Amino acid sequence: MSTDEGEGWLVGELKRRGVSRREFILFCAGIAGTFALPSSAATKIAAALGRAKKPILVWLEFQDCCGNSESFLRASAPTVGEVVLDLLSLDYHETLMAAAGHQAEEALENVVKSSKGEYIAIVEGSIPTGAGGGYCTIGGKSALSIAREVCGGAAATIAMGTCATYGGLPAAAPNPTGALGVADAVPGIKNLINLSACPANPANMVALISYYMTFKRWPEKDTVGRPLFAYGVTIHDACERRAHFDAGQYVEAWGDEGHRAGYCLAKMGCKGPVTHQNCPTVRWNEGTNWPIGCGHPCIGCAEPDFWDKMTPFYKHLPNIAGLGVSADIDTVGMWLAAGTAAAFGAHTVGKMVQTRLATREGPDTILPDAPSATREQGPKDGGRP
Amino acid sequence: MTHVVVDPVTRIEGHLRIEAEVDGGQVQDAWSSSTMFRGIEIILKGRDPRDAWAFAQRICGVCTTVHAIASIRAVENAIGASPPPNARILRTIIMAAQCIQDHVVHFYHLHALDWVDIVSALSADPAKTSTLAQSISDWPLSSTQYFSGVKTRLKDFVDRGQLGPFANAYWGHPAYRLPPEANLMAVAHYLEALDWQREFIKIHAILGGKNPHLQSFLVGGMATPVDVNSQSALNMGTIDQLRALAAKGQDFVKRVYLPDVLAIASFYKEWAGYGSGVGNYMVYGDYAENDGRDAAPYFPSGIIRNRDLSKVLPLDPALITESIKHAWYDYSGGDDKALHPSQGETQPHYTGPPPPYERLDIAQKYSWLKSPRYAGDAMEVGPLARMLVAYGSGHQRARELVGTVLGQLKVGPEALFSTLGRVAARCIESVILAEKMDGWIGALADNMGSGDVRIHDNAKWEPSSWPKEAFGAGYHEAPRGALGHWVHIKDGVIANYQCIVPSTWNAGPRDQAGKRGPYEAALLHTPVAIPSQPLEILRTVHSFDPCMACGVHVVDVNRRELAHVRRP
Repeated sequence: MSTDEGEGWLVGELKRRGVSRREFILFCAGIAGTFALPSSAATKIAAALGRAKKPILVWLEFQDCCGNSESFLRASAPTVGEVVLDLLSLDYHETLMAAAGHQAEEALENVVKSSKGEYIAIVEGSIPTGAGGGYCTIGGKSALSIAREVCGGAAATIAMGTCATYGGLPAAAPNPTGALGVADAVPGIKNLINLSACPANPANMVALISYYMTFKRWPEKDTVGRPLFAYGVTIHDACERRAHFDAGQYVEAWGDEGHRAGYCLAKMGCKGPVTHQNCPTVRWNEGTNWPIGCGHPCIGCAEPDFWDKMTPFYKHLPNIAGLGVSADIDTVGMWLAAGTAAAFGAHTVGKMVQTRLATREGPDTILPDAPSATREQGPKDGGRP
Repeated sequence: MTHVVVDPVTRIEGHLRIEAEVDGGQVQDAWSSSTMFRGIEIILKGRDPRDAWAFAQRICGVCTTVHAIASIRAVENAIGASPPPNARILRTIIMAAQCIQDHVVHFYHLHALDWVDIVSALSADPAKTSTLAQSISDWPLSSTQYFSGVKTRLKDFVDRGQLGPFANAYWGHPAYRLPPEANLMAVAHYLEALDWQREFIKIHAILGGKNPHLQSFLVGGMATPVDVNSQSALNMGTIDQLRALAAKGQDFVKRVYLPDVLAIASFYKEWAGYGSGVGNYMVYGDYAENDGRDAAPYFPSGIIRNRDLSKVLPLDPALITESIKHAWYDYSGGDDKALHPSQGETQPHYTGPPPPYERLDIAQKYSWLKSPRYAGDAMEVGPLARMLVAYGSGHQRARELVGTVLGQLKVGPEALFSTLGRVAARCIESVILAEKMDGWIGALADNMGSGDVRIHDNAKWEPSSWPKEAFGAGYHEAPRGALGHWVHIKDGVIANYQCIVPSTWNAGPRDQAGKRGPYEAALLHTPVAIPSQPLEILRTVHSFDPCMACGVHVVDVNRRELAHVRRP
């Protein structure tokens, strides 16, 4: 059989994965048979498969530090090279794309016009509303107008990183530029999912993209729009140092014996109990390490408003009011060690930090309501309730 | 006369806009503008100084260590904390790894497409590519079969008809000079570098928990415990891992990156005559190899004026000022003031055109970047500045490598003050740091082995140990150049915080005296063969490795109405 020009790349791709061209054509003949088509249809089917377009992805950057794009470069299984060359068509990404200026603008306009309702949009960085849009312009257009146009026409949008999800660092008090996350900047946005953290973990990025490409929908989300597969469990509940917490063994000073023995970092300010992400299991940089693993407490970077709610970073979580004992973390740890921890599950941890507290050293710290790790009950657009 | 608008400038970090006048086939004048503001200096007010590093770190996720380091140094300087030797060495290893990774990624993934025509690679002969590759390096991935595989992969990618990030670009532009074989070799190395950077940066994950945004920095030290007798601390196993990764780093830098720079530069020698810029260079100095306030930095500090390598002048940070004359800020003392950062003010006030807009008002305020000046002059910072100051200070390895590069390209030292000079300097610096890494890892091992487990100046951790009011400055040589943070602490919280970032020095607008910033000066006389495809402008802008996104648009000197020329 002759090679139709459309199938050339696909045959090459399959060959790299160990499927011969003959097997591929037999596969297409099988499809022809299923549809009771003549056998000559097999080559036409092969050509049609070869012409099948890669899904289009556009990546927008606004008030960002580029940390999520950099994080994406660290992806493996698939790697960024595989994603960009084989799996998707990354038609717009200011940090990577060859074209600049008008040529770059045209690339984005092209997608928005001719693939309306079909492309995936990724947003990195918050979107400012102050100064009439002057705090962030690209090609003379405001970030807000670009976000509304591009995300408005997308099949689905990923808000990548805490700035795009919840406003992040630019939105930290006093939010000088009126910065917003995507959900608040683009009201009525369809099919938004939030992949928070600072930056988002590339393992979660590619898993999410793969999920969408396979199932054409987002997986189940929590009440602040994050996928449960990556944000369903608190750091505390999966932490490799949990046994030390339970046994009341804490780091007291940087470099002390407890620190060198890998003790719990709660007293050094760890916000693990009120933070949801799969860092303890997936870890970072292909499983190499993670913050607590290297000896520094969790700063809660996946949570909304963490820059205000988790600071001071080194102030440990508050005394646990509401448990009927004036318990500080020492007492809690010892209480657990004494084996009376039956009722002290994840949800209780969440409840214990709903109390507003004043501290002597700094501003009042309002800790966030730990979103419950259940099915999304909030607005379908993934925005904050 | 034709008009060209290029906006955004891509393959940089951030949002930067440049306007230039093109006449007679070259740039006659240029204006540089950053089009994004967040207000991190404002956000830091009132906060715990021990948290500042994490906030500041997020100024940039590409150079994801530099602001954390400058911040902790500034606060340590203010409160009088002294990080112990382990902490200093850990920071040094982190800094070097950052610089090497950053430079390699910049060359291949940000800059290369200005010099490499990937469409031309499709007509390369794999056997001739192999011959070329083997003539410049003994790097093992160099067979005919290997390059044939890369070519097929590229061809299949193009045949699918969706060029993704390579679509609608400048392929075929007459300013591309490489033969197809060199283009194919560069494409292969672009792909290899993507895999390499992911692996090499694990040094940061080991020492910082993760990259991007390492999380082991502390005011007063580092948070990674060190103990050769503990499995939960950095120990000799860690040293072995670091050594292996550092070796891979040095291997790639010396056997792929350096040969590629030399090979590609040999086809673009005329770029030694473009992009010169202000001709003044500034280096704070960094990479101290022992402790104490007077520790000599491995990369020395200094000032070079007017391209005079024979005189390296001492740097006095008190002479640094910032102007907001052409920037969207107010100073309480008025627009003509130039303030030292310890008295700095950040009062944003956007007076640019309301978006959507076609042009900025370049006669008035036109950027979110302030204009830093040293003794009133614009200074270029970055790898070129560091290598020039090192060369002028007698740094042996810098002299050797500069000599090798100039000798291989058969150009004189004046070639250094150019777009090509920046590309070469970035590579030379990577080689030097890659060679030093094993020794610094060894120093960590020695210190660990001596039983020193100190990682933090615990006595200075609590605010009760600090003065009631304190001022501090933290300097760092980031991959892109001289970085400074200034902090004023009062009653245990930040009263004022100012940063002057390398790209502020390089990309800032004209000052109150009308002096151009380094980008603006460097773009003068850059050739532009096809105004609607300003590839040459990108080459010079990219040679600075900008940390902001920019849009370039170009007007003719008769100031006719700017027309946006779109491709047919």
